[in-house]
Amino acid sequence: MCTRAVGALGHYLERGGVPTTQISLIREHSERIRPPRALWVPFELGRPFGVPHDAAFQTRVLEAALRLLAAASGPVLADFPEDAPDVQADSGPWACPLPLPAPVPQEGDAGKLQQAFAREFAQLLPWYTLARQSRKRTTLGLSGLPPEEIGPFVARFLEDPLPSSPRDDLPLGAIFKLAAEDLKALYIEAVTAQPAGPTELARWFWNETHAGELLRALRTKLAQSDDPMLKLVANIALVPALLPP
Amino acid sequence: MARLDTFPDGYRQHLLEVACPSFDETPFVPGPSLAERRVAIISTAGLYVRGDRPFTSIASDYRIVPGDVKANDLLMSHISVNYDRSGFQQDWNVVFPIDRLRELAERGQIGSVADFHYSFMGAVGPEQLEPSAGELAGLLRRDGVTAALLIPV
Repeated sequence: MCTRAVGALGHYLERGGVPTTQISLIREHSERIRPPRALWVPFELGRPFGVPHDAAFQTRVLEAALRLLAAASGPVLADFPEDAPDVQADSGPWACPLPLPAPVPQEGDAGKLQQAFAREFAQLLPWYTLARQSRKRTTLGLSGLPPEEIGPFVARFLEDPLPSSPRDDLPLGAIFKLAAEDLKALYIEAVTAQPAGPTELARWFWNETHAGELLRALRTKLAQSDDPMLKLVANIALVPALLPP
Repeated sequence: MARLDTFPDGYRQHLLEVACPSFDETPFVPGPSLAERRVAIISTAGLYVRGDRPFTSIASDYRIVPGDVKANDLLMSHISVNYDRSGFQQDWNVVFPIDRLRELAERGQIGSVADFHYSFMGAVGPEQLEPSAGELAGLLRRDGVTAALLIPV
């Protein structure tokens, strides 16, 4: 829905006297909103500049978007002519490079799932730390919890009563959502030392890890919660609407 | 991949039918040549600087991202789970192409990179953005920005 938001922002900022150009990820939305200048790109949602670690490609997208500023009149909606490079095609099928044991489905047994997840999380954590050191960057930190506490905190939501919020400034639903995003980021950062495409990563996380299984189990459980924010997070902001096959 | 014909039927239909605001006219502000423009990034990825407040509700406010922000300090707190975050997790330029903008400035292709960039959280209803955007336009003009680059996820 972000393409909708940038479309409207283009109108509002330009009305305020600031020239704009923008990336469009959903062409149909830009056609209807008609922002002043937009470059439609045929990339995955979440990847407006196409692909990580390809500066030349990112620069071509950026230059194409900025070039629209030279148009004499608008609205302008142009198409970027290239698809994002396919990482997979170059390196063959992706498999998780870490030596994690194949997950065993826990079939609704919350205690077993917690144990299996705790083992998996403990095995993954040092790989995350290594990846963070070599990258000198991490996107973890939304919840404010130290990395080693993120897994145990999220898994606690399988139990009743639920844990209380560790932060005075955030309600339980908010801290749960932020910790769940930190958990996903920890897994993806740990395994992307080798290049991987978004589809392969999503398939791995949701189908082959106990963390994916944990979040699906929490969606089911917390959708019944009395806490309205937790219920909302469980229903719409935890597991993607489209899970990989 | 963000071609609607590659999406499964139900999701494609959902995206096609989502309400989009309509505007009778499109404003169009002229500016200098690209080599003289000062460029700011306006993201809707729910970005914020480590230590600032994450986006935890569907609100129309924005966060300020200083131009000298370090890659390790830019976090993403979008509400939606229906888009890829692994690109950003591997390379921030996939969502926030600040290194690429700095290179264009060094090569003289653009005039300069703004001192401040901004992020909204794009799950908000587009019309709700109008008051914040009006305020932001004033801030951008005061920073001398002559090109706002709007970037969705």
